[in-house]
Parts: sequence; C-alpha cells; structure tokens
Amino acid sequence: MGELRYRVVVGLEIHVQLCTKSKMFCGCALSFGEEANSRVCPVCLGMPGVLPVMNEQALEYAVLVALALDCKIAEFTKWDRKSYYYPDLPKNYQISQYDLPLGSGGFIEIPLEAGRTKRIGIIRAHLEEDAGKNLHTAGNFSQVDLNRAGTPLLEIVTEPDMSSAAEVRTLAVELQRMVRYLGVSEADMQKGHMRFEPNINLIITKDGVEYKTPIVEVKNLNSFRVLERSVDVEEQRQLDEFLETGEVMGMGNKTTRGWDDINQVTVLQREKEEAPDYRYFPDPDLVPVEFKCEWLEDIRSRLCELPIKRQIRFVDEYKLSDYDAGVLTAERSTAEFFERVVAAGGKPKRVCNLLTQVGLKLANEKGCSVAELDITPKDFAQVSNDVDGGILSASGANKAIELKAQDPDKPFSVIYEENNLIQKSDVGELEQIVEQVIVDNPKAVEDVTSGGKKSKKAQSFLLGQVMQKTKGQANPKVVSEILDRKLG
Amino acid sequence: MAAKIDQTQVKKVAKLSRLDLTETEAAEFTGQLSAILEYMEKMNELDTTNVQPLAHCLPISNVFREDAVKESLGTEKTLANAPQRDGEFFKVPKILDEI
Ligand SMILES: [Zn+2]
Repeated sequence: MGELRYRVVVGLEIHVQLCTKSKMFCGCALSFGEEANSRVCPVCLGMPGVLPVMNEQALEYAVLVALALDCKIAEFTKWDRKSYYYPDLPKNYQISQYDLPLGSGGFIEIPLEAGRTKRIGIIRAHLEEDAGKNLHTAGNFSQVDLNRAGTPLLEIVTEPDMSSAAEVRTLAVELQRMVRYLGVSEADMQKGHMRFEPNINLIITKDGVEYKTPIVEVKNLNSFRVLERSVDVEEQRQLDEFLETGEVMGMGNKTTRGWDDINQVTVLQREKEEAPDYRYFPDPDLVPVEFKCEWLEDIRSRLCELPIKRQIRFVDEYKLSDYDAGVLTAERSTAEFFERVVAAGGKPKRVCNLLTQVGLKLANEKGCSVAELDITPKDFAQVSNDVDGGILSASGANKAIELKAQDPDKPFSVIYEENNLIQKSDVGELEQIVEQVIVDNPKAVEDVTSGGKKSKKAQSFLLGQVMQKTKGQANPKVVSEILDRKLG
Repeated sequence: MAAKIDQTQVKKVAKLSRLDLTETEAAEFTGQLSAILEYMEKMNELDTTNVQPLAHCLPISNVFREDAVKESLGTEKTLANAPQRDGEFFKVPKILDEI
C-alpha cells in the first residue's frame, strides 16, 4: 500500500439562545423549566390572524455579537419564512433570515497553545426563532411542549477552518466566553443555550492523489467534551469507511449523524437525497430592518474588550502566564475584579495567585462571582501586599481571605492576630530557635556541613523543624538565611 | 404552449405541504396551476431593469416592540382547542423521520 496522509476539516453551525426577557415576536417570557405549554400565546402558537412584532433587544444582542465577530452588518435585512412540517413548529414555518443575514464575512480569534491564536472565518450570523420541544414517549405518540417556541436564537456559521477536535472545542469555549462577556446569553450548553453542530470531513492524500470524504453533520452534542470527542470519533470512522468503500464527496451525499453518548459513536440519522426544499419567502407580517449609522454606532459603543484580547493584554501588561491570564479572563467579572485589585495597589502575580487559589474557590462554593464575596479590591490588595512584605505566608494569606469571607466586618489586623497568621521575621528571636534546632539535630547538621548528596534534604529538614517549633509562623526566607549563615 | 408545471412537481409540492392527493386531483390541479402560472407569466412582459426587488409591500421598516413580558395564555387555555392532549402536553402521532 502506498503512502496515506489525511487531515480533518471542520466547520460549525452554532445556535446561541439570547437572554432577552420576552420571546422574539411576542411578549411571552422565556422559559426556564416551567409547566409545559404555560408560556405561550396566540402569536407563538401560530394562530391565524395574529401579528408578530420584532423584539428590539433581541436584534441588538444579535448585532452586538455580529460586531464582536467582525462581521459586516447588512444595511437592509428582512425576515423570511422557512417552511417545514414538524409537530414542534406550530406555524409550519420558522421565521428566519435567508438571503440577507444581518451579519456576514467575519472571524473569531481562538487561543492556541503558547499564546498563539488562530482566526476562524465566520460566513454568516442571523437571527431566527427557536422551535418547541418534542418529547418522545413510549407508544405511538409524542408529547409537545411549546414553551421554547419563539425564543430568539442567533445562528452562526463558520468557515470549515478548524483542523482538529481540540480547535473545535477551543472555538466553542471562546464563543461561550465572548457571548457571556457581551451579556447576551447565559450560554450554558447543558441547558441547550448553546448548540454546536460540526460539519466534518477528511482530506486524504493517497498515492499522491487527493480525496475528500463525504461531509457528515453531527447533532445532539450537549457538552464541550462530547463535541470534541465526536470530531475524533468521526475522523476515525470516516477514515475506516474511506479505506473500505472509497466513497468520496459528491452531490447529495452529505449525511446527518446523531451522537450516541452511551456507546461513544455517531449513528446515521438521515441520508440526504437532495437538499431540503424549505421554500423560503419574505414574511409579509414583518417589515424589513434598516440599520442606520447612528443606531449601529450606538450598539457598537456597547462592545467591551473581547476576552481573547484581554487575555493577551494580561500576559503583556501584567507579565502573567498565558494559563493564568486564561483563568482570570474566563469570566468578565473576575477579569475586571483582578484589575481593580491591581489598581488598588496589589502586585499582579500575587493578586492572580490569591484570586485563582482562594478567591475563585470561595466564589464557586458560594455560587457567586469573586466581586460578590464581600471582600473589596482594597482588602485583596492589602493581603497581597502583606505577603510581599513578609508579614503573611502565601498559605496565611489564603487563610486570611477565607476568614474575611466568613466575617467581612472583621478588620484584617484582628483576623491576623486571632489566628496567629503573622509571620515571625524577627532575626534575633528566630536565631535562638535555629540554634536550639541545631543542637537537637546533630546528624542532620553533619549531613548539611559535609555537603554530600543528603545536604539539601537535611537543610530542608532543619527548616521544617524550625517551622514546627514556631507553629508555622516563622518566615521561611529569614530562617533559610540564618541556617545558611550558621552552617555555611 | 407547454404546461408550466407537470404532475411530478404537483405531487412533490403536495407532499411538502402534507396534502394527500388522489391521481384525479393531481391531474386536475396540474391543469389549474399551469393556467395560473401562465397568467403570472404576463408579468414578464414588464420591463423591470431599474426596479429594486420588493421585500415588503409597505414602504416602512424598523417596527419594533420593547423587550417586555406580557401574560401568556396558560396551559389550560393553550390546550383547550388541541385535538388531543396528554397531561400538560399536546399529544401528536409519533414522528420517526426527522425533516
Ligand atoms: Zn407568545
């Protein structure tokens, strides 16, 4: 057999549920697991004679994301009816945007390893309404809940620019971070706020000839882990299939497969004989949308620094590692709180450690953000500076923050005092303790002074003895200096 | 003049609209639809060189509503006209083949 090389090519179709208060064309509240069919009205039920009216907030949220994705915003756009018959679609058409999407031709920048980034092209971004939910039960019937029908969804279609499962996951995480920064979606995958459908195929080079395998769209992926896994699984499946059948991409042989989480495989759902005929036409009930300059500028002014840009800036400006910058910028509130602590005088690296080691942990336990812990940026800056000044050890600082979170009114001076957190740095006092330890441990002292293999281990043993005698309060830096001086 | 639409197309459109036509109906509608399309063909006689495609018959745009919640119907009213219900759900025949 000749030489065989291949690479995977992936594009994504993404749906993001926008967090407006009401639905896209009626005043029904968005649903969060209420009683089935309780949040519907004649408009979202598709009763004859009703008049849908566009929710301005949904449109502005969609434009905000399209701007963040560097899309060109259409000057003129409209609403189209996409016709198909399914029980969860009461009108028998979905209101969507066909030939004039509100945004097109953009990109999203995603982080790769070692601070590198990659641009993934965005083909289009458009707004549409969600369908209801079909619940398949036993027997010959299904249950339909229309609470979700009419919820605003932003559809984003990327170029097939991703070349690994890891990149697909990274894009998904980056988009989640972006829409959360913009405050337009809760973007919880488990709750279906974000749905990713990868289109996957392989470009195979065999004996110097290039082949493309048929495109497969995978549905039913409800976590980042499963999204990533499905690309790996599909990559292997398509390679095996190509080697067995030799089938290549052609007209009408794109298929849809569903993810089977129990068996970790994709299962054929639908062979596409031909492109579905949705018979799009402009919705006569809805007037077009024109984006005037001032309106667009007003929406543009609500953009914030995007998370990836902020992550890169944190590395440059605060000399943090790419990893630390990633953790701090995962959520907008954390990143902004970090900068407030730094502005209050904390040293960036130390503040970062405090926030990532204890701040985020506490926030997670309480189910809030670090900004909501009742610990002010000034408090964090003080503790951070007390570590730098040798007053607190790193673990003492974490302890102080934990105690402050429990009792925000108690001043740090009292917290330090009551819990013996202040490090002993007094050289005279520590020298006496070191001398006692030296007398008590002649074997270890000999190991250090003879300078053999055991020297380092023995030195840290002596340091440990001093820490024990001082109940962990000695400043280890000062003790090490004294030990060096006495035994050097 | 050749028919504007043939029986195969009529049957396809009927299938997409979930209409169950008999052979006689398919033949009848093929004739009627062809006549309608022929009549519409007259439109092609107009010169539309400098006419923009029309997205809506009203000369207005940007009609919006504020993002405010209004009361919904509630489950009982919503299901009142449903042919079949199952608890708080609409009950429909099982669909196996997704569109
Ligand atoms: Zn409604």
